[in-house]
Amino acid sequence: MPRPPLARRLGAALLVPLLALAALPSLADEAPLPEDWSEIRAEARGQTVYWNAWGGDATTNRYIGWVAERMAQRHGVEVIHVKLDDTAAAVSRVIAEKSAGNVDEGAIDLVWINGENFAAMKRHGLLFGPFAWRLPNFSLTAPEDNPEVLTDFTLPTEGYESPWGKAQLTFYYDAARVDTPPGDIRALLDWARAHPGRFTYPLVPDFLGSTFLKQALIELVEDPAVLAEPADAHDVAAITAPLWDYLDALHPHLWRQGRHFPASGPELKQLMGDGELDLAFTFNPAEPAAAVADHRLPPSTRSYVLDDGTLGNVHFVAIPFNARHKAGAMVLANFLLSPEAQARKQDIAVWGDPTVLDMDRLSAEQRAAFSTDDGHPARLPPRALERLRPEPHPSWMEALEEAWRARYARG
Amino acid sequence: MRPARPSWLGLIPRLTVLLLVLPVAAGLVGVLAPSFGWLPALGGDAWSLTPWRALWQAPGLADMLRLSLVTGLASTLAAFAVVMLFLGAFLETSLFRVVRRLLSPLLAVPHAAAAIGLAFLLAPSGLASRLGSPWLTGWERPPDYLFPGDPGGLALIAGLVLKEIPFLLLMSLAALPQCRAHERLMVARSLGYGRLHAFAKAVLPGLYPLVRLPIFAVIAFATSTVEVAIILGPSTPPTLAVAVVRWLNDPDLSLRFLASAGALLQLGVTVLALLAWWLAERLVRRLAAGWLVGGGRRRGEAMGRGLGAGLTGLSILLLGASLAGLALWSLAAWWPFPAAWPAPMTLATWREAADTAATPLRHTASIGLAATALSVVLVVGCLEAETRRRRPLRPGAQLILYLPLLVPPVAFLYGLVQLQAQLGLAAGWLAVTLGHALFVLPYVFLSLAESYRRLDPRWSQVAAALGASRARTFWRVRLPMLTTPIAVAAAVGFAVSVGQYLPTLLLGAGRLATLTTEAVSLASGGDRRLTAVYALGQLALPALGFVLATGLPRLLFRHRRHLLT
Amino acid sequence: MPETSPLWLDEVAIYQGDRPLVRVDARIAPGEVLTLMGPSGVGKSTLLAQVAGFLAPAFTATGRVRLGDEDLTTRPPERRRLGLLFQDPLLFPHLSVGGNLAFGLPPGGGRRARRRRVEAALADIGLAGFADRDPATLSGGQQARVALMRVLLAEPRAMLLDEPFSKLDAALRDEMRRLVFARVHDRGLPTLMVTHDRQDAEAAGGRIIELAP
Repeated sequence: MPRPPLARRLGAALLVPLLALAALPSLADEAPLPEDWSEIRAEARGQTVYWNAWGGDATTNRYIGWVAERMAQRHGVEVIHVKLDDTAAAVSRVIAEKSAGNVDEGAIDLVWINGENFAAMKRHGLLFGPFAWRLPNFSLTAPEDNPEVLTDFTLPTEGYESPWGKAQLTFYYDAARVDTPPGDIRALLDWARAHPGRFTYPLVPDFLGSTFLKQALIELVEDPAVLAEPADAHDVAAITAPLWDYLDALHPHLWRQGRHFPASGPELKQLMGDGELDLAFTFNPAEPAAAVADHRLPPSTRSYVLDDGTLGNVHFVAIPFNARHKAGAMVLANFLLSPEAQARKQDIAVWGDPTVLDMDRLSAEQRAAFSTDDGHPARLPPRALERLRPEPHPSWMEALEEAWRARYARG
Repeated sequence: MRPARPSWLGLIPRLTVLLLVLPVAAGLVGVLAPSFGWLPALGGDAWSLTPWRALWQAPGLADMLRLSLVTGLASTLAAFAVVMLFLGAFLETSLFRVVRRLLSPLLAVPHAAAAIGLAFLLAPSGLASRLGSPWLTGWERPPDYLFPGDPGGLALIAGLVLKEIPFLLLMSLAALPQCRAHERLMVARSLGYGRLHAFAKAVLPGLYPLVRLPIFAVIAFATSTVEVAIILGPSTPPTLAVAVVRWLNDPDLSLRFLASAGALLQLGVTVLALLAWWLAERLVRRLAAGWLVGGGRRRGEAMGRGLGAGLTGLSILLLGASLAGLALWSLAAWWPFPAAWPAPMTLATWREAADTAATPLRHTASIGLAATALSVVLVVGCLEAETRRRRPLRPGAQLILYLPLLVPPVAFLYGLVQLQAQLGLAAGWLAVTLGHALFVLPYVFLSLAESYRRLDPRWSQVAAALGASRARTFWRVRLPMLTTPIAVAAAVGFAVSVGQYLPTLLLGAGRLATLTTEAVSLASGGDRRLTAVYALGQLALPALGFVLATGLPRLLFRHRRHLLT
Repeated sequence: MPETSPLWLDEVAIYQGDRPLVRVDARIAPGEVLTLMGPSGVGKSTLLAQVAGFLAPAFTATGRVRLGDEDLTTRPPERRRLGLLFQDPLLFPHLSVGGNLAFGLPPGGGRRARRRRVEAALADIGLAGFADRDPATLSGGQQARVALMRVLLAEPRAMLLDEPFSKLDAALRDEMRRLVFARVHDRGLPTLMVTHDRQDAEAAGGRIIELAP
């Protein structure tokens, strides 16, 4: 039967992706966006912005829903919240699009991002920018006084992402079971010995789990100054040795004897809610109070920051290099920085995420909207967040994650 | 008999094969190249073996491989054993019909929902522990035992077994009439064989070849599952499939090369597991040859029957209790340990979900219906074409139909996204629906093929002898006679579509929220109550499908009793 | 020749729902063949199923089935030890001809002894050397003989015949009738046969109960 063999036809079809894999797309030139903000606003009107953001928290999702309503009313921009379980899914998408030569029809317009994901996307040319300085509201963050809005894990953002909110490592415990929680990392070890199985940290390289390693490293290392520099300039093994000694001592007293770790921060919170843990931590200072209000943590939950301060950073939004609706994404990023949106975000009843705006740049009337002191007992005392310690250079995080996996992930 | 003339119908099998092969193959190429260092978008522009070397040096790789193989094979074996013991002990009893009715809708439980429910049931702070605390156990606080997540993977095996039992049972039920199980059983029992012996020696040898492919599908799923293994499996190290997904999701993009090599290794693990099963099959066949004709009739009969009843009961109990636990969480406000009952109960979570679930519900239903309809049309087309050609699909083509089941999704989905971008297929409803069809079609084929091939060819001959054209025979005779199996196959397909997570997220660029994408992203946030609501919603939709599939034909043909058997 | 007991059907009645279907009261002596005759649908096969222990759930039955003093009514079919011969030979396709016969043999005896018994049984029905053949390669008459021998090897205490000759062609039918009734008689097995073929009944030579619709 003279029929072209199926195999040959399939082979031809398969060549298409192979060839395309080989064809390295030339990066698009700087997007031809208008210079003037009002023109950007005009261009944005009628656009649909696909905002990829982690969707694991109902309170955050509700806030984003409110943002979408306002954006439609004020700016005629439709905002669609693409809920992710992991920002990596958005990164994958952008990589696939770049591989396929899609340079201006990208499916993602704005992505909630920070730290390692930002560093990786920027390094591989997957981000659009610089755009942050063009946002009118950006100046309200007073970047010259608050350098943290310009750096992400010690890396300069160079305008490739726009600040959205703040995070600081915050511990919380159940006061009905714990009288005096440990005030620093060394005390935590003693506490764990006395309360076996009631503390743990998320599986590295989960963001929060890695943050715990960094916090411990900062407190245990002899000279914290080296951590601001790239790790490969130093003897990593020697500098991090105290951390591994510490973890070796700590693990037998952890939940499940350190043989199993919760997958993420939310799972850690759930274990607190289930009564399996007595002490946990989060990156959102308002989360414990919000969780109590939401019946997810015991009413006797209390928050605190370690005596010598904890790691803190800023989280951002960024625009992929091939975003289709860049103007709309910029208008959205600008709205997120508006006093109105920031004040609502900080409201404990809404989300409780601390603002990135500098209060000195606001009018008295605008400032008033931020002063929400509802005195929730699970809430952090107002001055606690002043004890902030900067993030180490991201290369340390990578080094720690790799070493952790080699030591503890083999079972 | 005139030769089959070429027609549109003849094109359907080829179209189907193309529709399945192209994406899977393109997807595989999409991981093959990066696994050898080629991914220009991430600066990989030279071929190398570095990713493979990195993979061999990955900490705990040996444990990951062992875990994937052991959990995959053990869970399949256990699920198969439970189903066979159950059939052997209870086939053609009234209890059998009750259990069958209980288990069939449980097929609709999505894997992730079942896993979440089981995890909550058996965890130290879970429902089982709460029911016994503190009056029995003395626990005022949850104890600290490692389950689920035990390093041996027992919890993972349990979760997989529970989920596969309904599937294997449904597939076996479909195959029983074809191997004349009733007659075989009757002959053996009239010769003095106990129920279980009669089943094992007279029915099973005929039944097994018919359920072999479903078993292979189960092995492939169990060795490569991500959702279930993340929830119930160990974490240090996890199974290989979970490790691959973690590498893919790592912010360190250079790990993607490693992940690609890992995805291909995962394919190798699945193939190895299939091979091991195949070898074991041959071994058992050889060893059992003497036993089959040894004349033994009743030894261990009572114990086997007790085991069958016990294991089936335990499975139903565990699955039921898992779902009950989810239902309780969906009504809970603050529910601390060791309270066995949430108090007060509230509908707040349901109300909240009702506000936001309308769109996901619409998407889930429309994508599921469209993907199922497409799959049913193609599968019926393939089967009708082979009926008219009077020979079954070649084994090669048959294997291709099952390709998406046998190749682990982590191994080809990311490459698939690239293909989509290349074809210029916009991320959205159409892309997602086609992607779902990729996974729905094999299950529809699996569910329908035996019934279709079994339909007595004399019906068509009678119709032809009465002057009916082939088309008329198809539309007026074969199709109506196959209404029930087609409806059940469609319900299975719909359930598969509803449960898809990664294809929905990746091919839809996350823009199409379905019940499952919502449930998974909420589960990542750890809110068990909202997760429970969505998981129950995820379960309700396909369960409705099953009710319709079994109920509609009953209604349509209520005066045609013989069509319903 | 083993000691055999008569088969009793004490007022056995079958109901479909509330509707009485068939009712029989009989004693079948060792070696005797009792024939139940009647058109399709009178419930004669259903009655046989009740005696064998396979009554479908759609039916209910009253009365007792006894073998001598032993009450079989509530026993599972495999414990009744009644040989059942169907319309179809129903040889297992996954076993060889010899395997099918060995399947009928009671357990025990070495592998070689069993093999010898199977071969002797095959020779007995004129199929010597057929042990390793696939049943599918046998003619209809050969299959019927193997099926009969399989039942006899299981050492039944009575025989139940369900239209056993209806699917055979005329020549074979005669031959099979002779074979079956001779064996039944030799072994002194009380036998219950249902058929709609009067020649079957006449060949059996026993009492005939006519069932009316």
